[in-house]
Amino acid sequence: MKNLIYLRDVVTLRLDRDKCSGCGMCLEVCPHGVLAIDEKRVRFRNRDACMECGACSRNCPVGAVSVEAGVGCAAAVINGMLNRQSATCGCFVDPKNPSGGRAGGTCCS
Amino acid sequence: MMKVCANDSPKKQVLLPMAPLAAGAASDSQTEMSPPRLEQAFVTGSVAGPSGRIPRVSSALTWCDRWGAIKARWGVGRMHYAVDPGLYALGSPDDGSPVLATANYKMSFDCLREALPGRDAWVLVLDTEGINVWCAAGKGSFGTEELVRRITASGLKDIVKHRNLILPQLGAPGVAAHLVRKQSGFKIHYGPVLARDVAAYLDAGLRATGEMRRKTFPVRERAVLIPIELVATLKPAMIIIPILLLISGFGGERGFLQNMAQDGIFSVLAFLCAILSGAVLTPLLLPYLPGRAFTTKGIVIGLPIAVALIYAWGGDLHGWRDILFGGSWLLLIPAFSAYLAMNFTGASTYTSLSGVKREMRWALPLEIGAGLSGFAALLVSRFI
Repeated sequence: MKNLIYLRDVVTLRLDRDKCSGCGMCLEVCPHGVLAIDEKRVRFRNRDACMECGACSRNCPVGAVSVEAGVGCAAAVINGMLNRQSATCGCFVDPKNPSGGRAGGTCCS
Repeated sequence: MMKVCANDSPKKQVLLPMAPLAAGAASDSQTEMSPPRLEQAFVTGSVAGPSGRIPRVSSALTWCDRWGAIKARWGVGRMHYAVDPGLYALGSPDDGSPVLATANYKMSFDCLREALPGRDAWVLVLDTEGINVWCAAGKGSFGTEELVRRITASGLKDIVKHRNLILPQLGAPGVAAHLVRKQSGFKIHYGPVLARDVAAYLDAGLRATGEMRRKTFPVRERAVLIPIELVATLKPAMIIIPILLLISGFGGERGFLQNMAQDGIFSVLAFLCAILSGAVLTPLLLPYLPGRAFTTKGIVIGLPIAVALIYAWGGDLHGWRDILFGGSWLLLIPAFSAYLAMNFTGASTYTSLSGVKREMRWALPLEIGAGLSGFAALLVSRFI
């Protein structure tokens, strides 16, 4: 099976090639082969394959990679809209029963 | 056996503070940082550490472990399927053995040790509140701060001579390797995406192939997620099915019960087909369905199912009543299917938040619109 690709031209991933030191950490942590390095500078290889997990920007020691990281989960977005806390991972904290720990969510396998 | 399994739940689950990373909770973090208990069901012994016994585990999973995993896949006890965080010995590790980090979701922990038969290693389990590595990294609980705390609390520096720590690659969204090194002295090596490649990664001298670094979404991985998708539909179904049966009873020349037995059963069947379409067939056929948006995929499979079902039902499409009734399901099945398919974005391994938000901007109004018009048509069809 070829790699699955989601929507085109939507992700928030940005590169600042001037800051890049060419360490290659972003390439190592990216689960979708989004980035490549040419002449010691990072570049896009397949930008639409980015899922905004944030691994690259978190592990870039010089701040050359930035992305608005988040979890691509419709259920979590709906939870957020319904004011259930923490729109990540579909696992939210029940506001009525905060001591009950985390509840619900369908995405964390 | 079941009793032994029940002991697996960690001791402080309900006492966890709301904001686990909040600073200043000195007494809390003290108890949180106590070493993992030896009396957890999967612990097979212990080895001596500089400050007390370290629980030993085996790479062989028991039926109890497997049963726990099956239950978690079906949503039973899934939110508290956790092991105590802290350091474990896999086999008989010494001061030169590799250290592998993982989450305290028991399925993650089991997956890792099962992948390392006959090997000796240290396993450093982070407190992710029973959430798997990737989701926890996204939330930050599998993160720099927790990792550094756990390295210190476990006394790892006195247990191994080297300063290398192997993390699952999917932990990277939460962990800044350069900061961990600065704060703890340990160098992070990102291992492969899948636990089953860890042995090969170790043998290759901590080198992962390009393939090991890619997160794919093969049919087996999509299939194991179906049970939890179905369980999620269970609660709404328990409300919707009786309503459908009740509505079907009204109107027409036949009696209430007879209506229920005919149109009611058809409605329930149609509803179940929509669930089948959105929560089973869409995940299974995901790469083969046209469209990039999950909603499109859900419609593409829901619409033919709706047409086939209505055709098989064989209503009298000359009468308004049957046209409305059939038409309502022509809307409702694709709407339900599309909604469930859209919610599968969270389980998938390649959707971005920006993408999901863009999809939802048109998909959610479409699904709600089709759902409401379908329901209206269904209601009207009972009373003309």
